[in-house]
Amino acid sequence: MSEAATPPPPLESDPESYAPSVAKRLAFYQRAGGIITPFLTAVFAFFMGGVVVAATGHNPGAVYKAVFEGAGLNWFFHFGNYHIDIPFTNHQVWFWWNTSTNTTAAYNLTQTLLTTTPLILTGLAVAFAFRCGLFNIGGQGQYLVGAIVGVYVGSRFVDMAHIPHVLLAIALASLAGAVWGGIAGFLKATVGAHEVITTIMLNWIAYWGGSYFFGRGGPLQNHQDVSIPISDDIAKGAHLSPIWGNPALQALHSGIFIAIGALIAFYIILNRTTLGYEVRAVGFNPEAARYGGISVGRNFVIAMGISGLFAGLAGVIDILGWQFRLGVLDVQVSNIGFIGIAVALLGRNTAVGVGLAALLFGALLTGTSTRSLDPNIFPPQLAGNLALMIQALVLLFVGADLLIIYIWQARKKLRLTRGGAKAAEEPA
Amino acid sequence: MNETPPVLELRGITKQFPGVLANDHIDFDLRRGEVHALLGENGAGKSTLMSILYGLYTADSGQILMNGKPVTISSPKHAIELGIGMVHQHFMLIPVMTVTENIVLAQEPTHAGVLLDEKAAEKRVADVARTFNFAVDPHARIQDITVGQQQRVEIMKALYRNADIVILDEPTAVLTPQEANELFEILRTLTREGISVIFISHKLNEVLEIADRISVLRRGKLVETIPREGATEAGLARSMVGREVLLRVEKKPAQPGEPLLQVDDLVVRDDRGLEAVRGVTFDVRTGEIVGIAGVDGNGQSELIDALTGLRHPASGRIVIAGRDLSNATARQALDAGMGHIPEDRHRRGLVLDFNLAENLVLHDYGKEPFSYLGWVNPRRWLRWARGLLTEFDVRGGGPTTRGGSLSGGNQQKVVVAREVSRDPSVLIAAQPTRGLDVGAIEFVHRRLVEQRDAGKAVLLVSLELEEIVSLSDRILVLYEGRIVAEFPPDVSEEELGFAMVGGRRSEEAA
Repeated sequence: MSEAATPPPPLESDPESYAPSVAKRLAFYQRAGGIITPFLTAVFAFFMGGVVVAATGHNPGAVYKAVFEGAGLNWFFHFGNYHIDIPFTNHQVWFWWNTSTNTTAAYNLTQTLLTTTPLILTGLAVAFAFRCGLFNIGGQGQYLVGAIVGVYVGSRFVDMAHIPHVLLAIALASLAGAVWGGIAGFLKATVGAHEVITTIMLNWIAYWGGSYFFGRGGPLQNHQDVSIPISDDIAKGAHLSPIWGNPALQALHSGIFIAIGALIAFYIILNRTTLGYEVRAVGFNPEAARYGGISVGRNFVIAMGISGLFAGLAGVIDILGWQFRLGVLDVQVSNIGFIGIAVALLGRNTAVGVGLAALLFGALLTGTSTRSLDPNIFPPQLAGNLALMIQALVLLFVGADLLIIYIWQARKKLRLTRGGAKAAEEPA
Repeated sequence: MNETPPVLELRGITKQFPGVLANDHIDFDLRRGEVHALLGENGAGKSTLMSILYGLYTADSGQILMNGKPVTISSPKHAIELGIGMVHQHFMLIPVMTVTENIVLAQEPTHAGVLLDEKAAEKRVADVARTFNFAVDPHARIQDITVGQQQRVEIMKALYRNADIVILDEPTAVLTPQEANELFEILRTLTREGISVIFISHKLNEVLEIADRISVLRRGKLVETIPREGATEAGLARSMVGREVLLRVEKKPAQPGEPLLQVDDLVVRDDRGLEAVRGVTFDVRTGEIVGIAGVDGNGQSELIDALTGLRHPASGRIVIAGRDLSNATARQALDAGMGHIPEDRHRRGLVLDFNLAENLVLHDYGKEPFSYLGWVNPRRWLRWARGLLTEFDVRGGGPTTRGGSLSGGNQQKVVVAREVSRDPSVLIAAQPTRGLDVGAIEFVHRRLVEQRDAGKAVLLVSLELEEIVSLSDRILVLYEGRIVAEFPPDVSEEELGFAMVGGRRSEEAA
């Protein structure tokens, strides 16, 4: 979060900067909001979700507790019968109701992290383009291209040793994602085609391409059983090693370290390299960047390429980590790239923010999956919708940041009228 | 007129912002039918005071009296009801609507409360126009009329709402000298009809020309209120800045050497593909400042863009120190020793969301020692920035302050610091003092002369005649994309102004 919360100017120079335009004020609060606005956004989304749950005649508290446990987040806490241990301490918080839960927390947590891993990467794919002033809707297509190439490399070259095989698959798949993203950047740089349009088109190309490759009679369809529209399984040697849990039940794999590494790389590229400097300059003000001697078009291509690389990485890691094969149905129902948009928006396009937002969405998706949510507490057929709804509410609220900013300001104004002096320290 | 009671009186207005006292017990009064100028540097508290008067802010303490009665102004709407009209620096007009529609907007005469009564609207607008002698076509669309006429529409908007106090915020900033004179004519008509005008400005000559009384603000305090008679530019400048200011640049005679920047028959097209620069030929020698004068929109922007590699010329040659840079990119131009103070520091000169250190390396971030093999060296940036900010006396923030949070004058100092510190051989300064106050103008001018004396070729493009005349060693006049005249620096402003509007199409300067 390099630029997360720059405080307002030391004012002795220009008190009149205190009458800025609405747009400037908005930009300021987006920055100053730092962690607060995304946090409020999430809280509001969950609150509204709770209202809807209540409207269906269920108890929101119980539902959210079930989601929390379904996501395995209770693993961090030791739940006694009437108390909860505070993690990493010997202290306990006492409750007057029975707090004990089932014992599947560890398994649920691995599933949450399994979902978080690709979400981090598709979130970064959106965030990096954003930092260059581009809206990458194409994370989904880039993810699919990465997954397709991952399946191809993983299911061929079966004689390769483990590490080279994995590295080759990852390298080629992320490169494919980079090319897929780079196409949109190239079109923007050369003919000015808007990246939102071109990335959506590229999404559909990937979608139908995958459907054709793995469909019946398609070139990558299963060689053993030609009746099912699914690819060959990838070689055992291309599997990412499991690090937690039973591999037979989708264990957490080492891909999560790649995702965390990508978060660090994202931060370093943006803040410690000339490339990141250029990308941010173009993102903030392309005209000033051009004046500074920076090639705006080149940065569009590179930024979209790196974005695509992140998304392609997500695709191949899912294949090598736990999916091991790809079917037409997988291609058509996958939406991990699209959720990446919500992740990036909620995470404010910063490394830390994307990491946290990915964890939130990973937990939400896992916790509301029909598998985890107790049908006695919330009907399973509605559970998936709850995740979708909260996701939509997050998007809505992020888009409607204005509302939260407005409330923030209203709160400040209130204080200002109550006592001017105290509010003076506030904006920092 | 001294005995008339003031239509408006501000008593002891105080406004505290976090960390700064924007208005400190300011007393101000406005008499019927006078032009009262409010003079002050950027950040002196003029806008804050007017925002309080217009109901945008509430004062922490102090009183506002209108015609002797205390009032509380809670909102701009309320201010309008009380007869206060404000003409902002940036017009609040709807481009696709006609003059009449814009004027009556939000206070339209209607049939039965729903339908616009066009006839009544036109009649009332015509009444206003007749009373105050405005020449604007009421049926023209805003987008089709000149900036000066748009400003008149803004004034008419205030008058239509029965304003008897009109506040003008830096009204001449957007006008040509001719348009400014027309505005002054209008203001004289207004005051004859009993309208009182508050005229906010930091241009001394204008204030002396139009104002009846002048109030000077400095750092939130009222320094003095004096009648125009007896006021001098030097005295006002001293009150504004708090020290002696050199209004006229002191410089030694130029000692020009070899031609360094050579432009040969340059043709540049604008964004619409029309020829904006039509075969311009000139050169700038080492150790001289060449000024390009002209009314805005006569090809200046396109010429600068072509010289700095931001726009490819359609034909012609640009040579710097013998190197052909006709089709150079911005990067190549920079590397060839081009320095460029752009005309718009917000759009181009600064990345407002970058901090000052990042802005100061905008051209050279990729070079050692600012980065090494693609890895940046932020600590080096900070050290470099600290040095420059001290040397160029940038106030209001350190290396990690956001560019956008500085005042205009300090932002310009950052731009000048960056360009000058690169030690360019050719320095192009486009409107380098736009929107700056006298203190900052003096600073920028001194730096430009320093560059000249250090043997650089300086090309100054400005819309301010005074600036051109006082700084330049040679003056070229750009009119409709051509250089129509060349003058020595002792030319009179009248002669120059005449050439600027195409009055003398003499021999093309070679």
